[in-house]
Amino acid sequence: MSKILAIFKKEFKGYFNSLMAYFFIVVFLGVVNFLFIWFVLFPSKQASLREYFEFFIYGLWIFVPAITMRTWAEERKLKTDELLLTLPVRDYEAVLGKYFASLAFLCLVLALSALAPISVALVGSPDWGPIFAGYLGLFLLGASFAAIGTAASSMTENQFIAFLLTVVICVGLLTIEELCAMLPLPDFLVFLVTFLDIGHHFNSIGRGVIDSRDVIYYLSVIAFFLFLNVRAVERRKWA
Amino acid sequence: MIEVQNITKRFGPITAVDGVSFEVKKGEVAGFLGPNGAGKTTIMRILTGFIPATEGTAKLAGYDVFENSLEVRKRVGYLPENAPLYLDMGVVEFLDYIASVRNIPPQKRKASLERMIDVCGLQTVLKQEISELSHGFRQRVGMAQAMIHDPEILIMDEPTSGLDPNQIIGIRSLIKELGREKTVILSTHILSEVEATCSRVIIIDRGKIVADGSLDEVTKRGKKGKVHHLRVRGDRPAWEKKLKGLAGVRSFTWKEEEGGLNLYEVFTEGDRALGEELFRLAADSGMTLAELFQEKTTLENVFTQLTQNQEPGTRNQKP
Repeated sequence: MSKILAIFKKEFKGYFNSLMAYFFIVVFLGVVNFLFIWFVLFPSKQASLREYFEFFIYGLWIFVPAITMRTWAEERKLKTDELLLTLPVRDYEAVLGKYFASLAFLCLVLALSALAPISVALVGSPDWGPIFAGYLGLFLLGASFAAIGTAASSMTENQFIAFLLTVVICVGLLTIEELCAMLPLPDFLVFLVTFLDIGHHFNSIGRGVIDSRDVIYYLSVIAFFLFLNVRAVERRKWA
Repeated sequence: MIEVQNITKRFGPITAVDGVSFEVKKGEVAGFLGPNGAGKTTIMRILTGFIPATEGTAKLAGYDVFENSLEVRKRVGYLPENAPLYLDMGVVEFLDYIASVRNIPPQKRKASLERMIDVCGLQTVLKQEISELSHGFRQRVGMAQAMIHDPEILIMDEPTSGLDPNQIIGIRSLIKELGREKTVILSTHILSEVEATCSRVIIIDRGKIVADGSLDEVTKRGKKGKVHHLRVRGDRPAWEKKLKGLAGVRSFTWKEEEGGLNLYEVFTEGDRALGEELFRLAADSGMTLAELFQEKTTLENVFTQLTQNQEPGTRNQKP
């Protein structure tokens, strides 16, 4: 546990060592705050908060891959994986340490992005339920994307490939329902596809309903990709 | 203590390490010597638990590296090839990170950090980021990282590559000192390095151990027979006839002629030295002997012999 913590600390600090991270934070916060002003402060129609969260997702599937792309790819490129994995650390401890660091960074950015909505809400008479649920949904979605991102990063030593692979998987999971709507699928497959669609689960949380099925869905996506991540790190052993 | 038994590592169809067995005791510095691609790095990666062997077992500090990898890694310090480091970290920050992952208790951490800074001569670069360091300093940070937990066993892949001569001397004396109470393995393709630091040589070629023993043993073993250099005056056929007739001569080669002097290399049978016989041969037949000396077998000779599989006598040797 102390090893996971040590790796976590080092990785979390590492996010602030690169200019890219600051660049991404600034751009990301700029975009989501613009969205907030556009959809919530000057609403042209009803249900504006929901639209804000929906567009927030577009920010996430670009932002999260950008912060996770270097996690493992960089280690492999610099060959520091040989250093890290010959320390008395189990492979899964290294994977978790890095994953938690990306989660912490994500939380930080989500918290920063929530400043505007919260300060506006404090002035008015907010409905805290949807705001809280929406951010929980964003966190779960971001956490899933981060698991996908770190897993993708462990499969290549090229950060850009890791980024693209993560975006493709994230967008694939977001749009699978729409994509498959065009195909004549049997009922059980439609059910499966709907279940797999990550946006589908977000929508129900975004409505303010925290359903344990949705939470379990996100947790299983995270667990699955962390498992893949560990396997990819172990891959050196099968070669 | 390192015990390796019959380790084989295959990458697909390629056998990188082929049935290697050896033992390194406490207080020994063993040098892996071999051409590039001989399998030195692969063996080190297996010993440090980075990759498993296809076959065979290895025990370090009493623990099996495959069954008890974590216990082994706790007791081993490893400097991988080219000292890979996190370039965006500071020197102290990096060493502190390694110390914390290695579970060195916080109250001891400062002392071990200071010891490493002192031993590896890092005082001048403490505040720098690793990316700003020269190759030599990176190598030293790599050494510090490998030794920070005071390991029983130290495994170093080409520890002096990229260092300047002064730094090399420093690192070598450090390794020698460490070797007194620890088990050390280092790899190199610099022969003089083995001669300077190692009490034990393991020559590896194409995944196999071709020689293993103390420096003396290996240099003795390598050469079959001795080599005499002979510079003589007179016509070649006469000399060659005489040499052929001399008992104990296995073969000889004519090397060059300079100012009427012919240079021969004479290879003897067994471990016999023929200096006296050659002198008497010249004296008895009244021919002029300008120079006669016995070539000292060096590790370099042994190395080229063992790793190139060439017969002595067909090869041009440097005097």
